[in-house]
Amino acid sequence: MESKTRLDVNGQLTLKELPYIIRWESDKCTRCGQCTAVCPQKAIEPAVLVQRLVTSEGPMPLPQVVRQVGQGIKQVTDIERYCVGCGMCSLVCPNDAIFPEYNEVNKFAFHKNQGGSPYKRGGRRNSTEVSTLDKLKFTRISMLTDPALDAGRHEFHIRTLLGRNLAPEEMPLIIKDDDLGLDETVFIPPVREIFPIRIGGMSFGALSPNMWEGMAMGVAYLNEVENIPVVMCTGEGGMPPRLLKSRFLKYFILQIASGYFGWDEIIHAIPHMKEDPAAIEIKYGQGAKPGDGGLLMAFKVLDLIAKVRGVPTKVDLASPPTHQTKYSIEEAVAKMLTSMSMAFDFRVPVYPKISGTKTATAVLNNLARNPFAAALTIDGEDGGTGAAYNVSLEKTGHPIASNLRECYLNLVKIGKQNELPLFAAGGVGKTGSLAANAAALIMLGASGVDCGKYIMQAAAGCLGDERNRCNLCNIGRCPKGITAQDPRLYRRLDPDKVAERVVDIFKAADAEMKKIFAPMGRSTQLPIGMSDGLSVSEKAIAEQLDISYAC
Amino acid sequence: MCRLSAIISDSYFSPMENIMALETMKEGHDGSGLGLVLRDLGGEFQGLKEFPILSGICSKEGLRVMDEYMVKLGFKTKHLWNPRIKDYQGNMKTRGFYFARAYEFPEWAEETSPEVQSELLTKTRLELRDMGKEDASIIIFSFWPDLITLKEVGDPLDVGLFFGLDKKPLLAKNIFAQGRQNTNYAINLYACHPFFIEGYTTMTNGENTAFVPIREFLTSRGVPGYVGYRSDSEVFCHILHYMRKELKFPLKYYKDVTTPLFDREMDERSDKTAIELIKRVLRPLTIDGPNCTIGTDRNGTVFMTQDSKKLRPGAIGGVPGKYALMSEICGVDAVVPVRDRSKDVFPMKYDMAMIEKDAKEIKIWNQKHGSMSTVN
Ligand code: SF4
Ligand code: SF4
Repeated sequence: MESKTRLDVNGQLTLKELPYIIRWESDKCTRCGQCTAVCPQKAIEPAVLVQRLVTSEGPMPLPQVVRQVGQGIKQVTDIERYCVGCGMCSLVCPNDAIFPEYNEVNKFAFHKNQGGSPYKRGGRRNSTEVSTLDKLKFTRISMLTDPALDAGRHEFHIRTLLGRNLAPEEMPLIIKDDDLGLDETVFIPPVREIFPIRIGGMSFGALSPNMWEGMAMGVAYLNEVENIPVVMCTGEGGMPPRLLKSRFLKYFILQIASGYFGWDEIIHAIPHMKEDPAAIEIKYGQGAKPGDGGLLMAFKVLDLIAKVRGVPTKVDLASPPTHQTKYSIEEAVAKMLTSMSMAFDFRVPVYPKISGTKTATAVLNNLARNPFAAALTIDGEDGGTGAAYNVSLEKTGHPIASNLRECYLNLVKIGKQNELPLFAAGGVGKTGSLAANAAALIMLGASGVDCGKYIMQAAAGCLGDERNRCNLCNIGRCPKGITAQDPRLYRRLDPDKVAERVVDIFKAADAEMKKIFAPMGRSTQLPIGMSDGLSVSEKAIAEQLDISYAC
Repeated sequence: MCRLSAIISDSYFSPMENIMALETMKEGHDGSGLGLVLRDLGGEFQGLKEFPILSGICSKEGLRVMDEYMVKLGFKTKHLWNPRIKDYQGNMKTRGFYFARAYEFPEWAEETSPEVQSELLTKTRLELRDMGKEDASIIIFSFWPDLITLKEVGDPLDVGLFFGLDKKPLLAKNIFAQGRQNTNYAINLYACHPFFIEGYTTMTNGENTAFVPIREFLTSRGVPGYVGYRSDSEVFCHILHYMRKELKFPLKYYKDVTTPLFDREMDERSDKTAIELIKRVLRPLTIDGPNCTIGTDRNGTVFMTQDSKKLRPGAIGGVPGKYALMSEICGVDAVVPVRDRSKDVFPMKYDMAMIEKDAKEIKIWNQKHGSMSTVN
């Protein structure tokens, strides 16, 4: 007998299963249709509805109820067209007639694996709990013997070093009478002085041209006009060829990852480069999706991206999880570091980026022995991504705070804390406290931090959040034009506005960091490893991070 | 805030001069302790220049353990100085047996290099210090030829009288004294300035806000002796030792290590490339103050420097043959009342004022201009 479920609606989802439910007010709605047009998911559609209409007419009016068939908006319950809560419908509605409401009791995760295909998305880990970084407070305020510094009056040098520093005994100094000279014949590894917050690797491809260029313009302005030497990592996928040969290249860290996308262009451009890049980042892992390679889904591989990356259009571009041509990670790191250093004639710092992991100290010890390793970036679980399996985003990865701290203390133990700078990423500015999170990581031992999501949110109004809002970044339908490759979408984003906001962000972070460092009396150097400046109100965290407990 | 009082002279004087100078700066310290380092000794130690002197305090039991240990190592007592406490009339209680004892080196060490001897002295000092750590039965401040350290809790003048320095003075040509302002209630004598390591001494007035990363950097150098750190100022002494002894930098580079110039300020320096590198490589040793540091190099040169913002007072004045380096000018007045005041020196943020052992003149190294000038 045929199951009854086939015959009625029992097999369909109810709205209550979905993560966002659309609230629509019929009497405010003028049926303009803008919301259904803008919806990236086609989650709402015009529908025929029966409406109850109350009228009172005539010389002695009495209310009369009529039922009438009319048009309205209806949310679909097709799981592939679920409402992502982006709120674009509310944004375009001229009458405030529609908005999405988060549904705490949704059963989304039970259904979003149709056809045996696990849920993939962009964004970050969905967790609204307060991160360790946000729990850290700056509690050492010089009060007793020490006039605290004045953030407005004293000069603060908010800069860090990216590059391998020699061990003190290795300095090629010549003592002549009462003076020191430098033996210029000895190789000194390249070191860059940069602002301690960098824009982490987000690729040209994952990001739209307007977003990427907006950020790049902002970075150039910060360096050249504001004198804040911010550097930006390209992510895997190269960069626009005209920038490669421009004098602006020095503000960029070129990333090479396992797919080597974009590197054909880069290698060919080397002889024509006017400036060296700020550094080369070899990506071994990403905090948001450890163990996974890069993924640029076919939807986004349109003409321009295909050209920069040297691939055909409309194919999935998956970078393998590991650098395939190498036998082991140790070998991979050593060979990549040497060959990349050689490619740029040993004038450019080359360093690996790994995802946060319990084995980070093993990688670190390896690097500490390798004189070509210029730094190490560790990317924690709260990092973002353009495309990943939901399960990787949610369940794999290591929080950055303890991972970074463990690595720093390990360096202290072997006395190389200044030789091999650590950069921390993954959740920096997650809830908007960019400068405070950066400062906390610096005091735990980071030489600097990377941020990505923060820039997308603050500079371009990315809609994503920790309740899985939007997160359509992987399929090229970014309603804000940040991660879309379709010009009809990305023209929504004004690159000049992005650039302006990038400048705002770094100027504000610079000022805020001064406000944090002033009361602790640190101004001429960053307070790297000044862990006595931090406290936390949870004993377990205090113990793990080896900082004080305060409540 | 603590008060510092250093005097360098070409003739012997009594530490009471330093203490009387501290008296004039009394508003700046709460009389919670006095530390004294005397070097280039006269009086009863004058003929004992080459014999290392162990300075410290012991309990009865500690003394027995220490003596046994020193005999085992082959050190033979050459001369013993004790304060004459029985004449003291005040309220201070004695902590035990105070001593400055000159030893003959063990036979095997007599003919070895100064470096081996120096290592032996450091090792012995640290071992003795460890032996008495648990119950404070042995407290050792220094073990070095021609150098004595005395420290005790209390009002500086009272401590001076307690040690009988007014009656039976110890004499020296270079004396450092620090009047302590207590910042943490339980006073540990190891936290009292001046600090000592292998012939280098410093005392500091202020707070070292970058203490933790500096301590971590020093302790990870693998240099014996970079231990202790009961005070955030002890690192200044070890930084001096590290740059002078381990890295062999000329003394004036102390500024470039602790308070490096901004890159844009380096243009006048002929050694620009070297100091740029030093700044990067020794980045964790950068202090932010507020500090006024007075120190003595192993070769006897005394210096005064400020943090890079000059957040602490410090004054130097005197006549050829005798100079006073003080936290405040009233201290200088107390020591050398008759002098040409127009030649007083107040080291500013780029300055390092140095007076060599012969106390003839003040040399001022200007870090920014890379120039040395002389005041005499
Ligand atoms: S919130 Fe976004 S996905 Fe949901 S209906 Fe509105 S526009 Fe469509
Ligand atoms: S606004 Fe764009 S970038 Fe932000 S979550 Fe949505 S799709 Fe991703």
